Amino acid sequence: MSIIDGVFGNSAQVLSLRAQRSELITSNLANADTPGYKAVDIDFESVLSSTSSSVTQGQRTHENHIAMDGGISGQGDMNLSYRTPNQPRLDGNTVETDTERMAFTDNALRYQATLNFLDGRIKSIVSTLRGE
Amino acid sequence: MSLNNVFNIAGSALNAQSVRLNTISSNLANVDTVASSPEDVYKARYPVFSSVYGDAINGMGKQHGAGAAAVRVDGIVESEASAQEIHDPQHPMANEDGNVYKANINSVDEMVNMISASRTYQSSIEAINTTKQLMIQTLSLGR
Repeated sequence: MSIIDGVFGNSAQVLSLRAQRSELITSNLANADTPGYKAVDIDFESVLSSTSSSVTQGQRTHENHIAMDGGISGQGDMNLSYRTPNQPRLDGNTVETDTERMAFTDNALRYQATLNFLDGRIKSIVSTLRGE
Repeated sequence: MSLNNVFNIAGSALNAQSVRLNTISSNLANVDTVASSPEDVYKARYPVFSSVYGDAINGMGKQHGAGAAAVRVDGIVESEASAQEIHDPQHPMANEDGNVYKANINSVDEMVNMISASRTYQSSIEAINTTKQLMIQTLSLGR
């Protein structure tokens, strides 16, 4: 139903992307002690803005992002960027636990904000259907 | 819902760090053990971690999204460091040269490893708790 799609916007897609980002950050946290592991993350704004086009280019919206050339982007694919560490480590691991924890908290907060938005929309649609 | 994969990944981290804590406590317990020969003495043990991506996971059931990796303990290796040689002819376990060999374990190293392991363990617990709350809220949308 196109009316319902217009009301919810791209919230469902945002939720799915936030969940995938949460998975990536948890993977970074879990591999904080694995030698040679490189921390990855999604460049969220560029992935959202480029889902309509068929070729995606990684945008550097943050100074820590490494520039990436484009590939074909589908609904479920992501632009993975490596996170540049502030302090190098001897064993090649680039995970910094504080950065990852902050990113995880931020991501969870935004996921919850999207949930609240969806919840409000659903309730207003239901009340409209009831004729209140 | 791909949030389920968070439990797999964080669970593997909890398992790996608890293996690490076990080896650390084993090393710390054997700090003062001695033996008559360098082959018999206790050698420090530590686990070897590696990342497991996507389809390479056996028995985990879930398929991870691109880029996410769980942790796997490849095995536990013994340290190659040579044992400490102490000249003590009075010791009941001294060999014919009067030497006993003491386990070459650095307590400071083990304590630092323990702090690092417990920090990673706590981070994974945090991730699990937060994800659990988010999933509960997602399931109660619209109520």
